[in-house]
Amino acid sequence: MTILVDKSTKVLVQGATGREGSSHTLAMLKYGTNVVAGVTPGKSGSNIGGVPIYNTVKQAVSEHPEINSSIIFVPAPYNADAVYEALDSGMKLIVDITEHVPVHDSLEFVNYARNKGVTIIGPNCPGVISPGDCKLGIMPGQIFSKGNVGIVSRSGTLTYEIAWVLTKAGLGQSTAVGVGGDPIVGRDTVEIIEMFEGDPETKALVVIGEIGGDAEERLALRIRQVGVKKPIVSFIAGRQAPPGKRMGHAGAIISMGSGSAGGKIKALEASGVPVAELPSQIPVLISKSMRQ
Amino acid sequence: MKIHEWQARELFEKYNIPVPRGYLCRNADEVRKAAADIAKPVVVKAQILVAGRGKAGGVKHASSPDEALSIAQDMIGATIKGIKVTSVLVVEAIKPEKELYIGFTIDRAMRAVTLIASSEGGVDLEVLAKTEPEKIYRKNIDPMVGLHPYEAREAAYSIGLSDKSANDFTSICLKIFEIFNSVDADLAESNPLAVRFDGSLVALDSRITLDDNAVFRHREYYQVDEELSPLEMEAHAADLAFVQLDGDIGIIGNGAGLVMATIDVVAHFGGKPANFLDMGGGSSVESVYRAVKICLEQKSLKALFVNILGGITKCDDVANGLVRALKESQLKIPITVRMVGTNEEEGRKILSENGIWYLDSMETAAEAVVKSAYSRN
Repeated sequence: MTILVDKSTKVLVQGATGREGSSHTLAMLKYGTNVVAGVTPGKSGSNIGGVPIYNTVKQAVSEHPEINSSIIFVPAPYNADAVYEALDSGMKLIVDITEHVPVHDSLEFVNYARNKGVTIIGPNCPGVISPGDCKLGIMPGQIFSKGNVGIVSRSGTLTYEIAWVLTKAGLGQSTAVGVGGDPIVGRDTVEIIEMFEGDPETKALVVIGEIGGDAEERLALRIRQVGVKKPIVSFIAGRQAPPGKRMGHAGAIISMGSGSAGGKIKALEASGVPVAELPSQIPVLISKSMRQ
Repeated sequence: MKIHEWQARELFEKYNIPVPRGYLCRNADEVRKAAADIAKPVVVKAQILVAGRGKAGGVKHASSPDEALSIAQDMIGATIKGIKVTSVLVVEAIKPEKELYIGFTIDRAMRAVTLIASSEGGVDLEVLAKTEPEKIYRKNIDPMVGLHPYEAREAAYSIGLSDKSANDFTSICLKIFEIFNSVDADLAESNPLAVRFDGSLVALDSRITLDDNAVFRHREYYQVDEELSPLEMEAHAADLAFVQLDGDIGIIGNGAGLVMATIDVVAHFGGKPANFLDMGGGSSVESVYRAVKICLEQKSLKALFVNILGGITKCDDVANGLVRALKESQLKIPITVRMVGTNEEEGRKILSENGIWYLDSMETAAEAVVKSAYSRN
């Protein structure tokens, strides 16, 4: 099964002719993702690697009614407009890759999407991959391998680092989800874990967290209250991060004394979730917790 | 992005929120004139973008224009908490009957705007949240619908206001919410919001921070973050995410999470990281070159660690940028490169040809860089 994306995912790329959009359209095609069409206003009639480009999402969807998911590379000032265009055209899943989206914009479109029952992943995220089946994102596909470990992460490259460690240890992945590094995201760590709990293919979970916000603390609380159906291990980045400084991601900041790595690690460990100090310890912790 | 108190105050005035009479002054003579014009005791407030200025001598009371002049002579040009004071706000000193708190912020988990109110204003809200959390009123506002007057009214009565004060509070609350949205704020507050003896309210302080990602919509407020070091400012101008720490091992990587983890792993092996430097995804030769140059401007470095996991970042681009920067810098400290991912073969070839050592595990490389930093002296 896997979560969010699989072989039935039929993809529209918004912002498909830009620098990032075109190179990732080609990379997704190469991986085997079913990319059906692209959209860039004013570029109708052109194509990227054989993928036809349309002026509007409406045109693309009427030509290709099988489209069910969209990935967005439209720059921050126009990003919200692109998200609404996708939301109003019947998409079931929207992956918003774009960085630096204003938080008042995401606050509104994320709530609009939730009211409509549409899943948004991101913004400011690497996307979603179910290795071997579908890559709806910008991650390097060769690092991932098919298997039974579900990954949820707030970071991009750190996800690749840990996926690589897992792959080398022979632990393939069912799905890896980068929820995004912004303060407001469409689906957060806790919600992705809930999706993984219902996925028979996923046998163990890795939560990659970082400083800022309280997603990891809320996950810990949920585990204390209702438990978690699958073995779960974690890695938290930013143990050395000073308070009040934004560490690259808009959401990665220790503010008002909360959101520190120490607090998150304490909360997770108190809920019985082992937290690795080094990425290389993760495969060992997974094997150990699967035996228990 | 923080904006100055006087800028926030201007916004309050524009939305007809009552504020004390006052003037922004850039020299001592202007301060004297302002105090004489107000013709009442005044408060002289340094306009610097740093928390805790009051305790550091940045807020002073004057009972006469001459006293205001002498305070201004000391304050303007002085350095408070590391920041030079170039302007002060001179406002009428108002003795309140009571001080309240009103503010709006964003609740990440609930994906909503939060209205926060308290009957205990004029104190640090974070401290109050720990000592007397029951005195803080919170209400999440649906961002799709906005703030209803009844929600503002509920807040007013919940913190014990009545009659005129409650009406004033409701109106001010709605106006601050409007400001919060109009400037893409992630915080807008008045602390204290004072209750006068006649029950009317006046905003004695105003604080707004804007969402960094929305500054392109509010260019008029753009300013350099005064709390950044000169090197951090240079890095930000070059579009690099850079934070100085207090160690001696330079750290460069691609991706915020990976760089944070790199710092943690170096510390795990006993190293003291000097900085956080994320050159971002899809780095070009040029951006790598600039990142390395800026990192090496830190004088006390004992070693440099470059950690690259190429996804959209291409290893050969990184290698080329690195080689160019290192040649120009005539590096005297040991450098350790960890490089894997897209175009790894090409990148490694470039490094080898230029005598740069590389590894493929982050942890082995971190251990190696720590050893190289501290074993020579």
